Amino acid sequence: MSDMMDDMEGGEGVVKKFMFVNRKAPHGTIYALEALEVVLISAAFDQDVSLVFADDGVYQLIKGVNTKGIEVKDFSKTYRALEGYDIEKLYVDKDSMEARGLTEDDLIVDVTVLDSAAMAALMADQDVVISC
Amino acid sequence: MLHIVNKSATERTALDSALRLATKGSAVLLIEDAVYAATKGSTAAAKIQSAMADLQIYALGPDLEARGVAGRVLDGVKIVDYGGFVDLVTEHNACQSWL
Repeated sequence: MSDMMDDMEGGEGVVKKFMFVNRKAPHGTIYALEALEVVLISAAFDQDVSLVFADDGVYQLIKGVNTKGIEVKDFSKTYRALEGYDIEKLYVDKDSMEARGLTEDDLIVDVTVLDSAAMAALMADQDVVISC
Repeated sequence: MLHIVNKSATERTALDSALRLATKGSAVLLIEDAVYAATKGSTAAAKIQSAMADLQIYALGPDLEARGVAGRVLDGVKIVDYGGFVDLVTEHNACQSWL
């Protein structure tokens, strides 16, 4: 109740742990780009935001993209701008990365690579999980 | 027959089905998210590798470049541009898209 009163009086709002779980490759579907838009919006609400890249979502972070040939926006550089919005918690699922023949050096941003146990614990610790 | 696959092999079963049902000598063209299967070190790479014994495997260059994997393509996979895509369609009697 006191949290709610704080909110209504414009004081320090409730900070929840928000996690966005990215599991799709870029370009083939609109999920990756739309998720990035939502993440940027969430930054405006001063929440504790984490981004997870698992399964094909790891492909979103790959370096050396050139989208000229398919005439779509190259949004891979936007991941590097997240830091400027205080979104600095980027996690990559180790198994997913390795299954795709990728290493941290192949990625466009600094990330924390987590094994399954660590990823599971992080997920279990969230207030809100949004899958995209 | 030209088989066209556009789904990620690590998310859908389209590639598995296409490779299972494509007859010897057929061509398989990987486009969009299917191109990841033709990259070194991916779990799907072994499927492409063994399929190359009986099938011609192609991948669309602009889709590889857009996904940052143009430099990771398996040896033996032929990279085609949009013109090459059209050529493949005209060279084969029919196309089957594995949507």
